[in-house]
Amino acid sequence: MNSILEVFKKTKVENRAALIAYLPAGFPNKEKSSEILRLILDNGADMVEVGLPYSDPLMDGPTIQQAVEISLENKTSIDDCFQIVKELSTSKKPVLIMSYYSPIEKYGVSKFVENFALANGAGVITPDLTIEEAGPWILKTTEQEIARVFVVAPSSKAARLTKVASEVTGFVYAASLMGVTGTRAQVSSKAEELVANLRKTTDLPIAVGLGVSTPAQAKTVGAFADGVIVGSAFVKILLENSDFEKAKTLIVELTQQLRAALPR
Amino acid sequence: MTLSAENLRVDSAAGHFGPYGGRFVPEALISALEELDLEYHKAIQDPEFNQELSGLQKNYVGRPSPLTEAKRFSEYAKLRVFLKREDLNHTGSHKINNVLGQALLTVRMGKKRVIAETGAGQHGVATATAAALFGLDCVVYMGEEDTQRQALNVARMKLLGAEVIPVTTGTRTLKDAINEAMRDWVTNVETTHYLLGTVAGPHPFPTMVRDFHRVMGVEAREQILNQAGRLPEAIAACVGGGSNAIGIFHPFIDDETVQLHGFEAAGDGVATGRHAATLTGGSPGILHGTRSYVLQDKDGQTLPSHSISAGLDYPGVGPEHAWLKDIKRASYHPITDTEAMDAFSLLSKTEGIIPAIETAHALAGVLKISDQFKPTDIVVVNCSGRGDKDVETAAKWFGLKI
Repeated sequence: MNSILEVFKKTKVENRAALIAYLPAGFPNKEKSSEILRLILDNGADMVEVGLPYSDPLMDGPTIQQAVEISLENKTSIDDCFQIVKELSTSKKPVLIMSYYSPIEKYGVSKFVENFALANGAGVITPDLTIEEAGPWILKTTEQEIARVFVVAPSSKAARLTKVASEVTGFVYAASLMGVTGTRAQVSSKAEELVANLRKTTDLPIAVGLGVSTPAQAKTVGAFADGVIVGSAFVKILLENSDFEKAKTLIVELTQQLRAALPR
Repeated sequence: MTLSAENLRVDSAAGHFGPYGGRFVPEALISALEELDLEYHKAIQDPEFNQELSGLQKNYVGRPSPLTEAKRFSEYAKLRVFLKREDLNHTGSHKINNVLGQALLTVRMGKKRVIAETGAGQHGVATATAAALFGLDCVVYMGEEDTQRQALNVARMKLLGAEVIPVTTGTRTLKDAINEAMRDWVTNVETTHYLLGTVAGPHPFPTMVRDFHRVMGVEAREQILNQAGRLPEAIAACVGGGSNAIGIFHPFIDDETVQLHGFEAAGDGVATGRHAATLTGGSPGILHGTRSYVLQDKDGQTLPSHSISAGLDYPGVGPEHAWLKDIKRASYHPITDTEAMDAFSLLSKTEGIIPAIETAHALAGVLKISDQFKPTDIVVVNCSGRGDKDVETAAKWFGLKI
């Protein structure tokens, strides 16, 4: 958790938004997902989210759904995800897991948080865990000092934002639009308003995700948010390029361009 | 009947049934769920809403549905079987009860578009029907596999003016249709109501959908008291998501002498792994916004379900059933495809009633547990739907040429 706050302290001094990248674990396979995330970290990302594959990803659009299906065909397990977290943690940059709550609860909340801490994980993003259902999760992540990232949306009313943000540690994940993950032609106009509303209620860093894929979009979002989250754009490159070396080259280029777009 | 506050069982505020229920959804949906909950509670205290709903139930659906004593079928079952005839409702199943309630709420919330998921197509047809009646835009998500085995209902929905979107992700059945409907809802929640068709999903759906279906149990209770002069020994219903079962069970929950039996789809048999018997073969977990029993692996990944009945082919079940199972107020049993189809044939030939294949699971269940009863004992079976939609599947099963 502290390592996440350190990153935002540093990017604030550098007067830029942090770059946060997402890729499902086990896509295109276990070794390559780890390799790609490492490459992204080495080329300018400030932290990464390892996506824990889930059979019913309600918040994800077709691109990530497809990647997750491949990951599940590869039989990626929760323990595999922890292994990838551990490998990436040697980069000294924060590594998070993004997971729907079904796998976490089935694995066991205590066991999940403990094994994640053992893998040197920094935080967990839970896109479908509401704070009303999060009692055991909040206790355990507090005990193990794991950052607890909840996702808020443009439809969240002021009172709700305050309530959710008060349970967050690390950073608040602001969904830029009403909808699922995936690339979009334009940044939603609702993103800036949501960040402004959050600023009224929390001093935590705020990262914006959903529909941010190009350097131009990253620049727009980075002007008002503390962090920019990019996922589907990386997944798309891997889906569209069967030549892995070529895909790697394109991912390095995209990472560097995104990073270059962030200084204000 | 009206849905007044006193005849509703009080559940905890956040929609929990013991450890089950609740809300496991993206934050984007919270304000819509809160709005729905509020509007629902306002509506059921509003005499105008209750009048409009009971008027539609009477003059559009044809309620009360009859309670028919199935005398020839009873000879085989070796106890007195009464059928609650939801198959005679407009659109052919119990699904219309909930759909009309939610469609009225949609209008009250000022929304112009409804979306729905459907397995067998009965909920999709009912939703398309209500959308036509109220002038709402309607999109129905249906697994590609189900669009093929229930082609007749796809055509019905289209004739009613709905758009049917085949879902090609995952197992291409009801589970994936719900995923797609949820994604649509997250995107269009300001203009759209998700008219969920079963007693699952995030709060308030399990409670609200149940309450709209209680009319079945309330009528059946009065009818059996009139016709038999006493309460039955048991109530029987099929369970997929569990809407027809909870609707007929609920008004009998406080009648301690009345057994409640739910029958799940065992497909090829629970031991084969190719089944949809969630309460028998599953374990507590989270699916589609609620905690209940789920068919899932050790990592919480949902397992594919299997049943000849598209309407029962679902790896989850309503959270209240999970609770009724745990506290032993209701019992749940698996019924294989073969057992269901034998009962389908028997009811058709003894009573002149072709049931839905879903319903046939409840009928098979009665035959299966009948040795626990005396010949004078009474069971009320929820005849939840008619079999017109299943003629092709049944013909294939019995080797008939069409």
